[in-house]
Amino acid sequence: MATLIILIVFIMFLGAIFTGGYNKKYLQRMQDNWLWEWITTVDHKRIGILYMLGGGFFFAVGGLEALLMRLQLMFPDNQLVVGDIYNQLLSMHGTTMIFLVSMPVLLGLMNFAVPLQIGARDVAFPFVNSLGVWLFLFGGLLVNLSWLFGGAPDAGWTSYATLSLNEFSPGPGVNYYVLGLQIAGLGTLMSGINFLVTIINMRAPGMTYLRMPLFTWTTFVTSALILFAFPPLTAGLFMLMFDRLFDTHFFTLAGGGNLTLWQHIFWIFGHPEVYIIVLPAFGIFSEVISTFSKKRLFGYNSMVFATVLIGFLAFMVWVHHMFTVGLGPIANTVFAIATMAIAVPTGIKVFNWLFTMWGGRIRFTTAMLFASGFIVVFVMGGVTGVQLAVVPADLQFHDTYFVVAHFHYVMIGGTILGFFAGLYYWWPKMFGTLLNEKLGKAHFWLFFLGQHLTFFPQHFLGLMGMPRRVYTYMSGRNLELLNLLSTIGALLMTAGILVFLYNLVQTLRMGKEAGPDPWNGRTLEWALPSPAPHYNFAQTPRVRGLDPWWLDKYEGDGKLQAAEPLGPIHMPSPAYLPFVMSLGFFVSGFGFVFHSWRVGALGLLVVFACMYIRSFEEDPGYHIEPEELKGVES
Amino acid sequence: MAGFGLLTGCGSPHMSALDPKGPVGETQLDLINLSTGIMTLVVIVVAAIYIYVVIKYRERPGDDKDEIPEQVAGSKKLEILWTTVPIILLIILAVPTISTTFRGTDREPEPGTLRINATGYQYWFGFEYPDYQVSTANEVHIPTGRKVEFLLAAHDVVHSFWVPSLGGKQDMNPGRTERLILQADEPGLYEGECAELCGASHATMRFRVIAHPPAEFEKWIASRKQPKSKPKTEQQKQGHKLIAQNCIGCHAIQGAGYDILGRTGPELTGFSHRTRVAGALDNNRENLKKWLVNPQKIKPGNRMPGFDHLDDKQLDAMVEYLQTLK
Ligand code: HEC
Ligand SMILES: [Cu+2]
Repeated sequence: MATLIILIVFIMFLGAIFTGGYNKKYLQRMQDNWLWEWITTVDHKRIGILYMLGGGFFFAVGGLEALLMRLQLMFPDNQLVVGDIYNQLLSMHGTTMIFLVSMPVLLGLMNFAVPLQIGARDVAFPFVNSLGVWLFLFGGLLVNLSWLFGGAPDAGWTSYATLSLNEFSPGPGVNYYVLGLQIAGLGTLMSGINFLVTIINMRAPGMTYLRMPLFTWTTFVTSALILFAFPPLTAGLFMLMFDRLFDTHFFTLAGGGNLTLWQHIFWIFGHPEVYIIVLPAFGIFSEVISTFSKKRLFGYNSMVFATVLIGFLAFMVWVHHMFTVGLGPIANTVFAIATMAIAVPTGIKVFNWLFTMWGGRIRFTTAMLFASGFIVVFVMGGVTGVQLAVVPADLQFHDTYFVVAHFHYVMIGGTILGFFAGLYYWWPKMFGTLLNEKLGKAHFWLFFLGQHLTFFPQHFLGLMGMPRRVYTYMSGRNLELLNLLSTIGALLMTAGILVFLYNLVQTLRMGKEAGPDPWNGRTLEWALPSPAPHYNFAQTPRVRGLDPWWLDKYEGDGKLQAAEPLGPIHMPSPAYLPFVMSLGFFVSGFGFVFHSWRVGALGLLVVFACMYIRSFEEDPGYHIEPEELKGVES
Repeated sequence: MAGFGLLTGCGSPHMSALDPKGPVGETQLDLINLSTGIMTLVVIVVAAIYIYVVIKYRERPGDDKDEIPEQVAGSKKLEILWTTVPIILLIILAVPTISTTFRGTDREPEPGTLRINATGYQYWFGFEYPDYQVSTANEVHIPTGRKVEFLLAAHDVVHSFWVPSLGGKQDMNPGRTERLILQADEPGLYEGECAELCGASHATMRFRVIAHPPAEFEKWIASRKQPKSKPKTEQQKQGHKLIAQNCIGCHAIQGAGYDILGRTGPELTGFSHRTRVAGALDNNRENLKKWLVNPQKIKPGNRMPGFDHLDDKQLDAMVEYLQTLK
């Protein structure tokens, strides 16, 4: 409590030092500060960038964790990180990469691009959007603070009971996991709802569902998945939290609980989660491949259909994570068939991408390199996914390095390559400059080759009897060479990331001007100046078909068709409440981690106070007059 | 006891799922191979199209930059093709998947099947032979050519019982009993491991399956029923006494005249025949002493305390005694 007050005073003090002392204008100056502007922003583009910054930071953390593990496994009987520390690393690596990297970076791109793609001025609920990003950041921070205070979660990112209960994981680690993810998950759930409402209600006139860009479509389906998959996670996390903090018995045997229940709940969320983080990437690839092949997407309707079908099937396959539990042959085969069925719509997508390129004029920019690299990696990861559905074979694959190889192929191939493709593609629209292509290509090749070198050998390690989540392996079982190769691959990937960071710095310092439409784009965002103005479209565009900007360029007069005359634009006003509210959740979570009910209650009090203020505050927003617009535009 | 030559490990132990030594593992390998075959075919087809497209349609330096390729919307025929072909491939894969899954489980064990209860503890395995009233730990002996039904349970957290070269794994769930049927066709040593994260020393939670020809297996059972656990020399007697003072609360040694048979640690009867200490080190005097002095260094987080407060002589006496247990 005292610490908290000291911290707040300290921050105010720092603010004063850096801006010129305490005086009457202190508040005013604080409000004009760029930091304050970012903290209170409700602009979807800035929020998108915040998501990516946060995701990028956690990517560095999660990547370091992975690197440490690979260094430990470089040689048999290594003693670098062993036992429980290793378990903390593997738990945090998984948790971080799934919840704090994959989802946020994609949510970042979704936030940035989707409103632009549908010709909207913002998302439906800008306030909630800002709340989403701050909840994610504070939730992620909470989970990661575990490294400093008390030790990280050590029961795996899956946190299976009973290992995750107090009896077998007595430290505060799993508390951090439960509370941090609960907070971050709340933010994600809000974002999902927000995108659904935005896409349903805020499309520009003429943009029917079947004229939406594919990235918007995948965002739509992803949001629906979030809407249905996160509540089970929330429920599960609450049960685990109650078991740990309040001695309930949802998962303890002695109290009549059922520990397999956790596995069901977790995977009912966990499998759709896989598609939550891969579908948006599919959307990005569709945009990038079509743009750089100069062709419209091949089989657009079947692409949409396949996306929706994958979304449905995603909820019907969770037991394939549990074939070895002993649920019986009927359950196992039913879920095996459902799992195999997912290969069909996924296959449709892959062939549609290939035939979009077929007959096109392919420009291998960095974005396109990432997209085409994705096809290779993802197909290899996808086929092992089908193999995992073959129940008797899975009894051998399950929980071995074969599985590790499989899901890294799909998640790096899908999500991470997808994010990079999207970033190189949309960067000009975000910052008005072009990322350096030479460095970009070096980044791609190092990362791409590194990922194959890291994960391809792991298929064989698994088959040769190496289980996953082990900090050591026996020498003399032919596992040495493959593990060494795998570690070298991880180093290559790291090198790729370093090149990427260097590229970012270089571009931010002296990037090449991009111009409004550097790629000869097809969708609405490319009709805007770069960087996109904060009100997006001066006039809401009229959409005449799929790829509206392409139509306006090649079948119109080269100007974006407007659906309304120039007029004042209504904008939402900035809000500081989301930040304070998330801070409240953070403090509360931190309190509960250490069983301090008072701090926990205090944090929640802040949250409720914010909700109260928000409920009775009038927020009329503000208007941008047409004259001001003209000024910006020219 | 020359009959137990195998125990001390001639030939290297088997650990690969790719080199199965029993019918269960063989069937599973067949399916691994079938699925790998089909999937390789898929990868080759995709790769061929991919390489063709990338080479044929890439923009070359001399190309007219403003030329716009034809904007094709799609093709019914092609789309139907790449929907039906995968479905056919999947059916080819699904049929054996279903039949094998049903064949493998949920059938009453055939007569003649050997039953073994296996229990997972953090971080070791206990084994009981209910038909013979014999028990052991970390190393389970089975006859070749005979089905073995493992009845799996867990004491604390979820573990998973996996012998890659004999067959796939089965989770060991606290509060439930699961069945797993395996069979070894050749005598030999088969590495087994825990395959579900179970705590700090999950990585070294290993066991061994030791398969003997049936006659030798019977001999082994007989020797287990009459364990030789009596100390003979002065040093052994001292060890016997020290173990009574320090160890038998957790460990059982049958036939040694102790009143208590501890159950929280692995049974040590016949310990000299073990090929390893705690599944982590080769079984010899040095390693055993290392283990007794500081088990936490070898398996972090395990439930056995270290005995570094005993002096060298005392440790040697216990080691000496344990290494005579037959
Ligand atoms: C508090 C209970 C406890 C006490 C006391 C204890 N042990 Fe242990 N011991 C264990 C446990 C638990 C294991 C299994 C460790 C593991 O592998 O995770 C073990 C393992 C062993 C093993 C390896 C067994 C195998 O199957 O390879 C040996 C040998 C052993 N103990 C000897 C001793 C001796 C000798 C003493 C007395 C000096 C002793 N233990 C005292 C609990 C105990
Ligand atoms: Cu285990």
